Amino acid sequence: MTDPELEPKPLDADILCVGFGPATGGFLTTLTRALAEGGIESQAFPGMPPQVICYERADDIAFGVSGVVTRARAIRASFPEFNPAEVPMASPVRAEKLIYLMDPERASCRPLWMQAADWTLRAFSGLTKIQDHAFEVPIVPDFLHKRDGFVMALGQFNQWVGQQVMMTGAAQIWPGTPVAEPLIEDGKVAGVVLAGEGAEIRAPLTVVADGPVGAVSRRLDDLFGLPEGHERDEWALGMKFVIELPEGSPLEPGMVLHTIGYPEPEIFGFFYVHPGGVASAGIFIPSWMQSPVRTGYRYLQHFIQHPYIWRHVKGGRLRSWGAKSLLESGRRGEPHLAGDGYARIGENSGSTNVLTGSGVDEAWLTGVQLAEAVLELMREGKPYTRENLEARYVARRRASWLESEGRVAENARNGFQRSLFWGFLGMAVDGLSGGRFHLPRPRGLRRPQKLIDHYFGRLPHSYVEQIAEECTRAGRPLHDALMDAVGWPEIPYDGQLLVSHQDALLMGGKVQAPADAEDHVIFRDHQVCAACDTRVCIEICSGEAIRPGDGPAPAFDREKCVHCGACLWNCPVGNVVFAAGPGGLHSAEN
Amino acid sequence: MSFDMIVCGGLAPDPLQSLEPAPGPALKNEMMLPAVFDPWAAHALYEAAHLAAKTPGTRLRVVSLAPKAKLQQVMMKMAQKLPFELIPLDGPSNGFSDAGPTADALAAAIQALPDLNRDRLLVFGGWESATRGAGVVMQIVGERLGITEQFLAVDELTIDNGALVIKERVEGGRHMVSRCAGPPAVLAWATGSLPEPPNHPQTGMANMRTMMPALQKAPATPLATGVSYRDVALPKVQRDTRIVKDVPAAEIARELAAWVKE
Repeated sequence: MTDPELEPKPLDADILCVGFGPATGGFLTTLTRALAEGGIESQAFPGMPPQVICYERADDIAFGVSGVVTRARAIRASFPEFNPAEVPMASPVRAEKLIYLMDPERASCRPLWMQAADWTLRAFSGLTKIQDHAFEVPIVPDFLHKRDGFVMALGQFNQWVGQQVMMTGAAQIWPGTPVAEPLIEDGKVAGVVLAGEGAEIRAPLTVVADGPVGAVSRRLDDLFGLPEGHERDEWALGMKFVIELPEGSPLEPGMVLHTIGYPEPEIFGFFYVHPGGVASAGIFIPSWMQSPVRTGYRYLQHFIQHPYIWRHVKGGRLRSWGAKSLLESGRRGEPHLAGDGYARIGENSGSTNVLTGSGVDEAWLTGVQLAEAVLELMREGKPYTRENLEARYVARRRASWLESEGRVAENARNGFQRSLFWGFLGMAVDGLSGGRFHLPRPRGLRRPQKLIDHYFGRLPHSYVEQIAEECTRAGRPLHDALMDAVGWPEIPYDGQLLVSHQDALLMGGKVQAPADAEDHVIFRDHQVCAACDTRVCIEICSGEAIRPGDGPAPAFDREKCVHCGACLWNCPVGNVVFAAGPGGLHSAEN
Repeated sequence: MSFDMIVCGGLAPDPLQSLEPAPGPALKNEMMLPAVFDPWAAHALYEAAHLAAKTPGTRLRVVSLAPKAKLQQVMMKMAQKLPFELIPLDGPSNGFSDAGPTADALAAAIQALPDLNRDRLLVFGGWESATRGAGVVMQIVGERLGITEQFLAVDELTIDNGALVIKERVEGGRHMVSRCAGPPAVLAWATGSLPEPPNHPQTGMANMRTMMPALQKAPATPLATGVSYRDVALPKVQRDTRIVKDVPAAEIARELAAWVKE
């Protein structure tokens, strides 16, 4: 029997934060510095300093994932003496290149114009200096550059920030505590409800920073809707490897490569070198990629085997891997930033800039802006109403570079909804014109094609159906069989750098899940799943936690889930419930 | 009848496969790796809290030697599970600090507690550690405190009319049952029988009211180094897997025997 002393009871605090990432890092860093100076009293506990509590879903504040190369303008404004040597795996950017990767395997689904470009580059190799099937683009567009910034591991940065925040004694950050939903009373946010036993925590202000697929953010969107004309319709799955480079690697910390063209034309990639002979290599699989075979893991294995990358990592060892969703609608997907009793910061508040490929620094800035606003309200003794938060937080945001650059970026990717060619052209036009010119956004969105449509002309219809039947019967995803069939070479597993997806779950930080938690991924209507012929949720699942099951709906294995949330936005009919739950990947290096 | 209970517990890096010694001796990347409360000590803590909940008036304190920043991070998780007071010591906590100086520091911290009730003192800890199975720290802590009643590899403790009835692991997979008239005693726990308690936010918030100030004042506790640790590696394993079907067991055994002889 549970100890009655430990039964959930209503609790109070002054400020509750949902999620600990760069946005909350910026918020708490700014807030706690001021609170530590004293002079501000708690509303919840009169006579005491304000009670500031942050609930983080993951088991440690260091378990974030991001391929971070950032100009760190806002972060450096918070830490003017920022020394990257203090943060493990951080380094100043020392060299930056944009690389067009050709397809040495001839297995990718390249449009004709890209094939022609490949042919031209190869035909004039003396001029274009093609090496290792790659063309080094002579300049990095100004809108993309990070030359004055830093390469970091988000987990390490979060840990460094969190430790400093907690050392002030002015805030508590509780890991392993997922928040199920906001506590709504009279149309206002009155606090949060924790997952599990459903404890209610009340506070006059709830700061929502639960990332791209956070349960609290989504509930607020359901309740209050999005501002008119705003949409959240562009996503990506980012997956990365942390690689111990082979002994004697000449690569200098701070080397940054941005790549396009391989393993599929729609997949952008990156390769960053950290101090200590470690590199991050990763890819982004966008929601507008038409292939229903969206396996991040296998594509990432092909990416690192591209001759241009492989020459650096061959003989290395996989230390860790991780994956996350990215909300790429940016400012177009901005929700109501403030309401009675709540404010939203970070990626879920639409701060990510998809033109510059930057999100961490922008998220940090939103947190700083909210903290400055909150401190003003605290000092003036004013309540956290929508009007007060808009006048101080939202106004700060609108007046900052975050807003002006977000405006430039908000239409930059419109072209990708038509085709890859129009996408690259539109991005270049938008970026080079500073947002003055851009392509219009088409009405319909690019979605994954049906299997038989996607492989039309490459594989016989009957063969695709046969593969689908065999894989379903064997309880396997389709991607390996289909990629093998169209010519992708098998992965030459070496047990060091190239390991099976299931082995990767046990490497680095290992995927862990508490024994007594409920499944956080649920399929609403199993018959809807039965009628779905693409089942992209299975193909994109970062941990192979979703697989063909015995019943009409896929099977979910909680102990393999890394909580990337890709299943949520890859279900075309919204049949996936993705609730807040504990567990995930225990790696501090991602 | 109440006890004055002290649990000694350090941190262990998670995941454990990242263990690598560095000069100092220290753990390579100690501040970078995520950490957990040492699982052996955690078992001791769960048992202590269980006993404390059953014996009104019992006070439960945890003496923990670890880098302050890491300790703070880990305590944000542990503090949600059980009510206890923290006595933090800011020093190294890994498999590469020597057992003797570690035990000295823990014992000194316990002895320095101004309101320690030696007559009712129960000192708990892990029999071993997830980082290094020296298995002697609790024994030395007991010696330094002058406690002669020591029980190692404890799996169960019951209180019978004020006496301690203790089940210890002994050779051959057996349990030895001892009866000890009462405290003071040192109990170094094996696994006990209690699972990891779920998180209770209100327990965490109550704990933090005393833990946060204690952590901020944690005294720097450098340890003497007399030993250097060179290397950590997995034993070499030769693996040769072949999948066969419909082969009689005797045939498999013959083949295995021949392979071993090679």
